[in-house]
Amino acid sequence: MIRRLFVLVLLIIIGYFLGTAMASIPFGAEKVDVGPYRSVGNYYVDNTVQETGGVNAVTSIVVLYRGFDTLGEVTVLFLAATGLAAILALTRERRKLKKEKPSLIMRVGTDYLFPAAIVLGSYVFLHGHLTPGGGFPGGVIIASGFLMLFLAQWRYKVDELGLKIIESLAGMTYVTIGLIGLFKLGTFLGNFLGKGTPGALLSAGIIPVIYIVIGIKVGSEMTGLLQNLRETTENE
Amino acid sequence: MAPFVLYLSLALAILMIVGAIVVVVTKDLLVAVIASAVVDLVLAILFYILQAPDVAITQAAIGAGLTTAIFVVVLRKTERFEDD
Amino acid sequence: MSEAIKTFFSPSVLGPEIFYGSSVALFLIGLYMVLVKKNLVKIAIGLTFIESGVNLFLISIGYVWGKTAPILNKTLMMGTPSKEVVDPVPQALVLTAIVIGVAVTAMALSIVIVIHDKYGTLNISKIKELKW
Repeated sequence: MIRRLFVLVLLIIIGYFLGTAMASIPFGAEKVDVGPYRSVGNYYVDNTVQETGGVNAVTSIVVLYRGFDTLGEVTVLFLAATGLAAILALTRERRKLKKEKPSLIMRVGTDYLFPAAIVLGSYVFLHGHLTPGGGFPGGVIIASGFLMLFLAQWRYKVDELGLKIIESLAGMTYVTIGLIGLFKLGTFLGNFLGKGTPGALLSAGIIPVIYIVIGIKVGSEMTGLLQNLRETTENE
Repeated sequence: MAPFVLYLSLALAILMIVGAIVVVVTKDLLVAVIASAVVDLVLAILFYILQAPDVAITQAAIGAGLTTAIFVVVLRKTERFEDD
Repeated sequence: MSEAIKTFFSPSVLGPEIFYGSSVALFLIGLYMVLVKKNLVKIAIGLTFIESGVNLFLISIGYVWGKTAPILNKTLMMGTPSKEVVDPVPQALVLTAIVIGVAVTAMALSIVIVIHDKYGTLNISKIKELKW
């Protein structure tokens, strides 16, 4: 009880200081350019069409302007998925879990929803440079399609080696595209494919290519993660 | 944003905070996980209201979908009720 | 009294109240769960709440009254887009932060599974070997 009181006092203090600090940041105010220096957000928005050919400014930032950062992030994701598999390998379930047959609704519904989920996920990462979305949500939507499959069919298993190979190939493609840009244009992840007409599906150079790669990588990683989490549950 | 949207987002923010409080007080962990999914979903709508559709899609797919599934799998492997 | 209520509900005051306020509230609720709760799953949920609060705060910094999403159409491309659309940099930041967040949460939960396997409980005060 005394601990709870202590924590509450601490939270009130933290909340007070956070509130006063946030009160000094105006909400909804214009981001101003100070003298010759431009706000980086304004620069990106004004130049994204001329420099990258991508219509979606967020995608251009994630894939081109901050592409190296995204490569690091994909690495973090890979490390977390691998770490999860390594930690879960420590435990081999001893208890017997009661197995229940998935309901008819789940099984029949999945038959129709699984292809829809795959198509929606592919659509989301193919159109990353035109519409909201991109590789990360697209990959996760594909993984949730596989999650439905896992739930509907207890015996279904994704080939783990195949997942690993797909994932590694996607990662290697990402780095290779970056290296081609380095050799052709002198910058890592340089846009060597040209810009095309803004707004067309085949435009924005390497942005769709990289987002397809990211989508496949995230999808296979998340599917592997879900399979690893499920596997220990499934012992006889 | 129009005043109507502002009042809507006030209602959504209240719903979100109520959901978070439900997570704190409940003893049933499954209820807590579902309530945290509600919080994430409302958060996705708030992102959309704040003109961030990319983030809204990501939050809806990840926060409300995948995270909830992972938590439920973990609850199945461990235990459902919180003991004091 | 009615004056105070009127200023409370005027749009320019209500905006920061809603978005900054709910992000701080979410952050504090998460922090409370991490500090007080004894159940490991609840601690993990608290961590995701802290992360969500910070994400909401970052997105609300990028918002500008009356501007649209940073996805350009033909009319926007003609003029100066930075006068019409919100700041895309916080959105790109948060997009990556959310994805990292789910990976970190999954890894924390795998540790929770291992602990439950070893000690048979999720209550951290019952895990005696951790006490000092």
